[in-house]
Amino acid sequence: MNLRIASQIARTHLLAKKRQTLVAMLGVTFGIAMFITMISFMQGVNQFLEDSALDASPHVRMYNEVNTQRPSLIDALRPGGFNVTYHQKPKNELARIKNGLTIADRIEREPNVLGVSPQVATQAFYNNGPIQLSGTISGVNIERENRLYNLEKRLKSGSVNALRSNPDGLIMGTTLAGKLNVATGDKVTITTPTGSTRVLRVVGTFGFGIGTIDNTKSYANLPTVQELLGKDPSYITDIHLKMSDPLLAIPFGKVLQAQYGYHTEDWATANTAILAGEKIRNMLTYVVSITLLVVAGFGIYNIMNMTVMNKIKDIAILKATGFEGHDIVAIFLLQAVFIGFSGGLLGLGIGFGLSYLLSITPFDAGGFISIKTFPVIFEPKYYVNGLLFGVITTVLAGYFPARKASHIDPVAILRG
Amino acid sequence: MSTVLAARHLNKYFYDPERFRVLSDITFEVQAGEFVAIVGKSGCGKSTLLYLLSTMDTDYEGQIELAGTLLTGRSQDYLAHFRNEHLGFVFQFHFLLPEFSALQNVMLPALKLGKYSADEIEARAMAKLSMIGMADYALKPASKLSGGQQQRVAIARALINDPTLIMGDEPTGNLDKANTDNVFSIFRELASGGQTIIAVTHDPDFAAGTDRVIEMSDGLIVP
Ligand SMILES: Nc1ncnc2c1ncn2[C@@H]1O[C@H](COP(=O)(O)OP(=O)(O)O)[C@@H](O)[C@H]1O
Ligand SMILES: [Mg+2]
Repeated sequence: MNLRIASQIARTHLLAKKRQTLVAMLGVTFGIAMFITMISFMQGVNQFLEDSALDASPHVRMYNEVNTQRPSLIDALRPGGFNVTYHQKPKNELARIKNGLTIADRIEREPNVLGVSPQVATQAFYNNGPIQLSGTISGVNIERENRLYNLEKRLKSGSVNALRSNPDGLIMGTTLAGKLNVATGDKVTITTPTGSTRVLRVVGTFGFGIGTIDNTKSYANLPTVQELLGKDPSYITDIHLKMSDPLLAIPFGKVLQAQYGYHTEDWATANTAILAGEKIRNMLTYVVSITLLVVAGFGIYNIMNMTVMNKIKDIAILKATGFEGHDIVAIFLLQAVFIGFSGGLLGLGIGFGLSYLLSITPFDAGGFISIKTFPVIFEPKYYVNGLLFGVITTVLAGYFPARKASHIDPVAILRG
Repeated sequence: MSTVLAARHLNKYFYDPERFRVLSDITFEVQAGEFVAIVGKSGCGKSTLLYLLSTMDTDYEGQIELAGTLLTGRSQDYLAHFRNEHLGFVFQFHFLLPEFSALQNVMLPALKLGKYSADEIEARAMAKLSMIGMADYALKPASKLSGGQQQRVAIARALINDPTLIMGDEPTGNLDKANTDNVFSIFRELASGGQTIIAVTHDPDFAAGTDRVIEMSDGLIVP
């Protein structure tokens, strides 16, 4: 019952001073809009940097770690003796994963595994006329590789299908192609460390947005690279796999290593530096968000304090005619809820608008990063948090001055 | 006859700019149904005394008992509720809520008390406003009324909850002769109905018509 009078008084106060109400609302709006825009943008950048790095790396990579060190024969025979061996030749061990194709198929059937791509990776020289560049070449089943890395979306020219239908095809990193001065349709001579040479035709170029990959890597068909190296069709050096949840990949990699006896490396180990950068950027986001919210909170507090103090005479009159402290507090809490909620909603709208504008603003990263506009994340969580923050802060900012005002002796204000 | 107001040894000090005794050992009683006038020179402490008696100023020495209840030392909320139910107060400077209509100003204390439904309260408030000649201005915002009109609305507001005690600080100070006479006869009638009225006044005619005149001088009651 008392709430009805309180809300009637609150409404009259809000409507009587429309400009002041609007200014108070806009105070909340501004803080929330800034918060939404900042966090959407900063997290967008974080996400983008993380994605572009991690998307290009497998969740688990299995390979044969070639260990060329071995004890000399005499060390093996007389361990602990005073043995000196000069110029021992390293062991000739292949990078082959035995039964690699079978292992790949078996891993693919495990739960939570999204895709597995067995492949042959090797160093190679790319020759085009006088230009000679070193890089790597991966022989892959392009369909399986595409499922892992979404190559189709990363193609700058050509198509994934063209590689499938052309045994002498090559999909080349876009920067590498640029340096070699070749485009889709041109021929490139490949020389392997074993000395074999073959002419392949560029059927596409890709860009991951990561210099070290776009600069050096090419994809060819698995049999082509096997032949180039003079190996049999079961020769596999690497197995890449992706899982439904990257976090599952870390223990799964260890299981695979124990099960098959080959070395495995998970994405977190392979990208330690990137993940450290990620932590720092997250920290930065928190610091900026909290700073923004504290500043907005003080602004809101000032506004609500003013709203209450402007009505101090009304408060005294209401108390003189019999309204109790909690009635006074209720009147201003209701106003605060209204200001916080409507200002907050408006802030969400403006924050969304600004984020959207940012997300369609062209951004020229100079081809180094595969991005055309600013990266922005639209995450409902931020909007819920923003609105909650706006309402809670405004209510608190209204509560404290209202409670203080509700304790005064009415005559302290009304006495002439 | 029952005692409806008892003030015992009231002392009040102001500290700004220096310690200054405004009221000295004020002791008196008022009976139910009495119509009392308080007179005295400007600055002798009449308003200050009325604020103490109306429980709105709690910073004093001595004891105040209203309607059989000792009010000294009570909590703010207790006093607010007591004022709502038992006390009607007309301020010297009216003090209406400027953004509310005359009618709303009169209704608010009754809505707070919650003894009647909103519709009944509106009817009762309209009745009080017509009694005081303000029915035509019921829907006007208080800030748009003249001083005399505001004073009459303030009187209607003081009467809305049928209080045991009505206190006025020069309640007719801004009114013309006709309206002063009207307010006076309303007060007379309420007193004969058992309500108690205490009014500070500078109007000798007004004072002469009351049951008893209390004269003050420099914070003391003149015997
Ligand atoms: N808030 C205050 N601080 C200090 N002195 C005050 C205050 N209010 C009133 N006074 C002084 O107290 C005395 C009594 O004031 P008041 O009760 O208003 O007189 P009256 O109503 O009889 O004209 C006056 O001398 C006045 O100056
Ligand atoms: Mg006075």
